[in-house]
Amino acid sequence: MTNNHRIDRRRFLAGAAQAAGLLLLAGCDNLSRSEWFPRLLGGAEGLTRRAQRLLTSRKAMAKEYTEAELSPVFPANGNNDPDNPDYQAMAQNGFADWKLQIGGLVQHPASLSLAELRALPARTQITRHDCVEGWSAIGKWKGAPLGMLLSLAQPLPAARYVVFHCADPDEDDQAYYESLDFEDAYHPQTILAYELNDHTLPVAHGAPIRLRVERQLGYKHAKYVMRIELVEGFESIAGGKGGYWEDQGYEWYAGI
Amino acid sequence: MRIYRHKLPVRIGHWINVLCLPILIMSGLQIFNAHPALYWGDRSDRDRPLLSMRMVVTENGERKGITTVLGHPFDTTGLLGYSSDMRRGFPSWATLPGPQWLAMGRRWHLFFAWFFVINGLIFGLYAIISRHLTRDLFPWWKDLRGLGRALLDHLLFRHPKGEEAKRYNVLQKIAYTGVIFGLGPLIVLTGLSMSPMIDAAFPGLLTLFGGRQGARTIHFVACFAFVGFVVVHLAMVAITGLWNNLRSMFTGWFAVAEHEGPHDEQPSH
Repeated sequence: MTNNHRIDRRRFLAGAAQAAGLLLLAGCDNLSRSEWFPRLLGGAEGLTRRAQRLLTSRKAMAKEYTEAELSPVFPANGNNDPDNPDYQAMAQNGFADWKLQIGGLVQHPASLSLAELRALPARTQITRHDCVEGWSAIGKWKGAPLGMLLSLAQPLPAARYVVFHCADPDEDDQAYYESLDFEDAYHPQTILAYELNDHTLPVAHGAPIRLRVERQLGYKHAKYVMRIELVEGFESIAGGKGGYWEDQGYEWYAGI
Repeated sequence: MRIYRHKLPVRIGHWINVLCLPILIMSGLQIFNAHPALYWGDRSDRDRPLLSMRMVVTENGERKGITTVLGHPFDTTGLLGYSSDMRRGFPSWATLPGPQWLAMGRRWHLFFAWFFVINGLIFGLYAIISRHLTRDLFPWWKDLRGLGRALLDHLLFRHPKGEEAKRYNVLQKIAYTGVIFGLGPLIVLTGLSMSPMIDAAFPGLLTLFGGRQGARTIHFVACFAFVGFVVVHLAMVAITGLWNNLRSMFTGWFAVAEHEGPHDEQPSH
């Protein structure tokens, strides 16, 4: 008798706890879908960025590895073969007709061929790529330091961000893009890579060039970069959040 | 007899943790689900995971959730790897938000992590400065000598009464000190070690935690250590006088039975 009561009570409590739990979960999911709550949560991003910048010196370098530590397979994530006829035509031709455009708020807009980019002093680095999903891979990248290209183009005083326009569109025809502030753009390990593991950068990894910004997560490392634009703000570009994944709710500051 | 057991900073810190921990754990599982596998070292070589949760389609088209731990596969259909007709690490009832939504999971996680860390720092400093740590929490040698007996008493559900119930017993001391000054800092530091910017600023962190993937693995294990602590803690709260314990964590006042009477023991934090 007492035992039955106890079991009933236990069952009731378990049921009540479960119901309360489900209600809470549904409430949290509703919050996630609201306008204001994700914005509130997003407020932490500014705090994180400021705190990390405060703790990290401007020149603090991402760890560099040895050849022995290279990943046996470097996974290619996101778009691996841009669904873009212009891009495909250039790829067929070994990117001989490709030119990197540097424009926007600069004194000297520039246009560089792959050969010209390769002729610039290069930096080679073996670094770890941390995907926002949680995996990491180590690769050897060679490319032209972005800071050097920016110095050539000479940003105007109003310029605050460097925007990378890419050749890979999604199903809705929105092209990939990314943006950096000057602190990361001029960092010595921020390069436009044209080689991975001593080979010409494969299409799956962003040929002809991909951005490497080693102190941030993988989605910042834009592949298939076609055009670099210096801007005062990125509110008017695509979704206005400064990058393709940023427009889908990811943080603009991807140092964490 | 009633004693004033929990000072205000302890109670505030406790309830902030009650809010933060479930959110951090569940949004953490959401983030884990984006790549439901763990590794050691700096790389995640996909053929060498310590743990992985996968969906496998059998020959007759049946979908199964397979969790592999150190090379040993387990069928975890419905819980891990495959649940609610979906390929996912942890099931939707365990993640925040429920559906697969990495960006939103990160928002919850990185927002409440700030509260958890600031709360932990303030509480840790308070405990040291107010001597709450040295007086009430730290398991000194004289406490540890009673460890065997305390273990036995707990296993027999004999909980301290009267004078002894006014203080934390040695098991509580070990658990609270370990969680506040061990597990807490460990989970925060391994979390920070997954930030590429923090790695650039403090390269020693990754050496300490076995690489970036090692840090992720320790973070995951520490998360389940927290889950284990909370489960035992809640069980003890319930067993040793649910309302008395709850009231003491709201008002600070804790009833101590003189001799016979309801079992009194005093989980907190």
